[in-house]
Amino acid sequence: MKQAINDFIVRFANVNGTGSASANFLFAKTIFRMGIPVTPKNIFPSNIQGLPTWYEVRVSEKGYLGRREGIDLMVSVNPQSMAQDIKNIKPGGFFMYDSTKKLPNEYLREDVHYLGVPMMEMSNEAFTDPRKRQLLKNIIYVGALAKLLKMDVAAINQLVKEQFEGKSQLIQANMAALQLGLDYAEKHFKFPLPFHLAKRDLIGDKILIDGNTACGLGAVYGGATVMAWYPITPSTSVAEAFEHYCQEYRVDPATGENKFAIIQAEDELAAMGMVIGASWNGARAFTATSGPGVSLMNEFLGLAYFAEVPAVLIDVQRAGPSTGMPTRTQQPDLLLAAYASHGDTKHVLLLPSTPRECFDLTALSFDLAERLQTPIMVMTDLDLGMNDHISEPFHWEDEREYDRGKVLNAEELDHIGKFGRYLDMDGDGIPSRTYPGTHPTKGAFFTRGTSKDEYAAYTEDGAAYKRNMDRLLKKWDTAKSLVPKAQIYQEKNKSEIGMMFFGTSQFSAEEAKDLLAEEGLHLDAIRIKAFPFGEEVGEFINSHRIVFVIEQNRDAQMRKMIMMETDTAPSKLAPVLNFDGMPITADTIKSEIIQYLILEKEQDHELSKTTV
Amino acid sequence: MSYLKPLFKHPRLPKNKLGYTLKEYEGSLSTLCAGCGHDSISAAIVQACYEMSVEPHKVAKISGIGCSSKTPTYFLGNSHGFNSVHGRMPSVATGASMANKDLLYFGVSGDGDSASIGMGQFVHVIRRNLNMVYIVMNNGCYGLTKGQDSATADQGSKSKAGSINPFQAIDLASMAIELGASFVAQSFSGDKQQLVPLIKAAMQHKGFAFLNVISPCVTFNNNPGSTKSYDYVREHIEATSTLDFVPEMPEIKASYESGQSTSLALHDGSLVQLNKLATDWDPENRISAVNALQQARAKQEILTGLLYVNSEWKDLHGVLNTYHMPLNRLDESDLCPGEENLLSINASYR
Repeated sequence: MKQAINDFIVRFANVNGTGSASANFLFAKTIFRMGIPVTPKNIFPSNIQGLPTWYEVRVSEKGYLGRREGIDLMVSVNPQSMAQDIKNIKPGGFFMYDSTKKLPNEYLREDVHYLGVPMMEMSNEAFTDPRKRQLLKNIIYVGALAKLLKMDVAAINQLVKEQFEGKSQLIQANMAALQLGLDYAEKHFKFPLPFHLAKRDLIGDKILIDGNTACGLGAVYGGATVMAWYPITPSTSVAEAFEHYCQEYRVDPATGENKFAIIQAEDELAAMGMVIGASWNGARAFTATSGPGVSLMNEFLGLAYFAEVPAVLIDVQRAGPSTGMPTRTQQPDLLLAAYASHGDTKHVLLLPSTPRECFDLTALSFDLAERLQTPIMVMTDLDLGMNDHISEPFHWEDEREYDRGKVLNAEELDHIGKFGRYLDMDGDGIPSRTYPGTHPTKGAFFTRGTSKDEYAAYTEDGAAYKRNMDRLLKKWDTAKSLVPKAQIYQEKNKSEIGMMFFGTSQFSAEEAKDLLAEEGLHLDAIRIKAFPFGEEVGEFINSHRIVFVIEQNRDAQMRKMIMMETDTAPSKLAPVLNFDGMPITADTIKSEIIQYLILEKEQDHELSKTTV
Repeated sequence: MSYLKPLFKHPRLPKNKLGYTLKEYEGSLSTLCAGCGHDSISAAIVQACYEMSVEPHKVAKISGIGCSSKTPTYFLGNSHGFNSVHGRMPSVATGASMANKDLLYFGVSGDGDSASIGMGQFVHVIRRNLNMVYIVMNNGCYGLTKGQDSATADQGSKSKAGSINPFQAIDLASMAIELGASFVAQSFSGDKQQLVPLIKAAMQHKGFAFLNVISPCVTFNNNPGSTKSYDYVREHIEATSTLDFVPEMPEIKASYESGQSTSLALHDGSLVQLNKLATDWDPENRISAVNALQQARAKQEILTGLLYVNSEWKDLHGVLNTYHMPLNRLDESDLCPGEENLLSINASYR
């Protein structure tokens, strides 16, 4: 195997609920601290204890943060999945396993190097407490890896100290376990392995954080005071993060009172109802959920659209349909979210792809929801939400003011004559609203999901209904100018072929773009950040012969939305899809694009033959 | 029926403490059937708010879907109203209350809205002891879809089409006590004398105040054999003050047996004078209240009046220990931790 510095993949195979998560995180975080780009991904079951779980760490000197095929080193401490784990190693790769028990012969592969470490035996010898024996077994393999991969031992020690601050006994035990692993590897193996680490300074001031924490923090900074939610994987940690940072920054020091209200609702319907009630009453409110929750919230989303009540929803998408694969990632809720609820409805979607964007777009979503008086859905996914990502650090301009939208106060009501809740005064389709309790005699109105006229009075007059529906479309046009613009990768088009992607497909798509360029195929690229699409999206499509739309669902949902909203011919948009529940890889994108272009060429060729 | 509400206001109409006449508490003209019990309840709400001198704009009216849920249009025209979706009023009210604890919340619902499609939310808003007045206008049928039985229709009651309801009725008042509602009352749309003070007490109660108000459907539940028909009810009318033309419920006589008077102190120190209470029952004792309701049910009676009250339990704001100022009045300086804190948050993820 040829030498490779900072470019390999390690996968850990563990049993769920055995404390492997902190050991594996220690491994990944040490690499991060060594200044090397690293991407850890959890591949976990819908289970609390006992089933196989994996943790895959990609190290990439070039800074590619997407998943990649091919496992260089498998660390296996789970007999349940061992047979499969051995098969998954790429030829010439390494297999580290707990050699307390002898490996069955059928697990031996000629093209794999075996690294047996008697972890259980060593742990049992060194520690007496049964729980500690299990936990520290994991630290022993980190110690062995430290030697084999040239990890910075000082950095590991520092992280252990930080993690167990104030618990000196635990620090000592962890250090001892690390040393056991280090010593064992030194004595028994050739080190380092052909692929290993070397300190770099490629991280700068970036942070390592998951998207859900970033969303929760973004909501704190964005001024959310009411959160209503119902537990569902993979969104639950958004609520946890929001609560954590509220406890830290939103408790009044003088009185101990909370400047927030978090309610765990009885279901997602109620969660959305609470968000709408609170937003109607002038608080910034949000919920976090996943696909099944969005299905339940459809009714309320239609109400918020039609009655024009702000609402923020964070959809941490997972593989559907129905309960689907609750612990696997996808981007399968686009159509559901964009057109949620019966009747003619359209909703604004924001599409973050990094934790920094999770923070920024969640904070922004409250401004947009109040400016547009409509639901805003932040579409993240399990990969972004639950995995740690290297991200630009968070930033906040202290002079930034919240955009509370068109809300009339008592003084303004005194001067406007007759208040028309649904009257478009500014020509942007956005009327003014009032909070309950503003003025003794002016500004009260009835909010309803039924049709109404400009003055919020119930009406079944077709003309009034149509005026209202047309105004909502005008508001939709206004939204196009308010949502974040797509990121265009080139100042001028360089190719007749384009690629389009969004959310967590960004990392692999960018890598695929580079891989294709290395082979002489240059593609232009655009990353969509919001729905409705801005003009730049249509322009990008129009100025390319063909555009590959890369996404993580079966039905090419983004491609369909582009067809519907921009009137693009289907033949112009080629789908590149990944929907097996694992994050999309650069290899997949590259090979699908190449395959498509080869096929296209063959067809063209045949076509010209027949015409001749 | 008339289609326009007269704007005329008698110059010598009495005024309340705020200087408002009853007119200031009225809403648009009702579009419900002439003689609908719901309109009487709306009138009782208007009366109660007038007598309590509440600022109309400091009230929020929230409802679900159905005939009952239309009524917020017909009272308190200077209050914001929210006619939400079917069975989901409790969650909207919960969110609204979280945003502004200073308003008075009226939730209006029906038997379909609360006992069927919205049962889940009804149960949980009780559990959270949300500070609101929750009125169910209970007519035992789906009026707006032309008279299907609801979950509160009595077993054996005959529908307009002639079918007998085979299912047991859900007793919302018993259930509310069982679930821990901190204020539970039952009344009749025709008994304004009783209803107005009950609504006033409910407004004063800090916590979840539930009023189950029997309110006959004049159009779809008025046939012979229905336990909620005019004729059936008229036969059982007891001497009581009837300000409305809508007839009484038969079972009401049971609650009138006792002429005893008792008074209850509410959270804010105000008193509720109770005159129609059975003698052997203590409205501050949950077991006694449940027992009395069960006994009444065994005798096929409906007990009206204040059934249960507990002024000790914390409401949802109390449980969540929310800030004394309404959350919707907080701004960037209260809510945003700022860049300096963000720098240390960033540092904790390196």
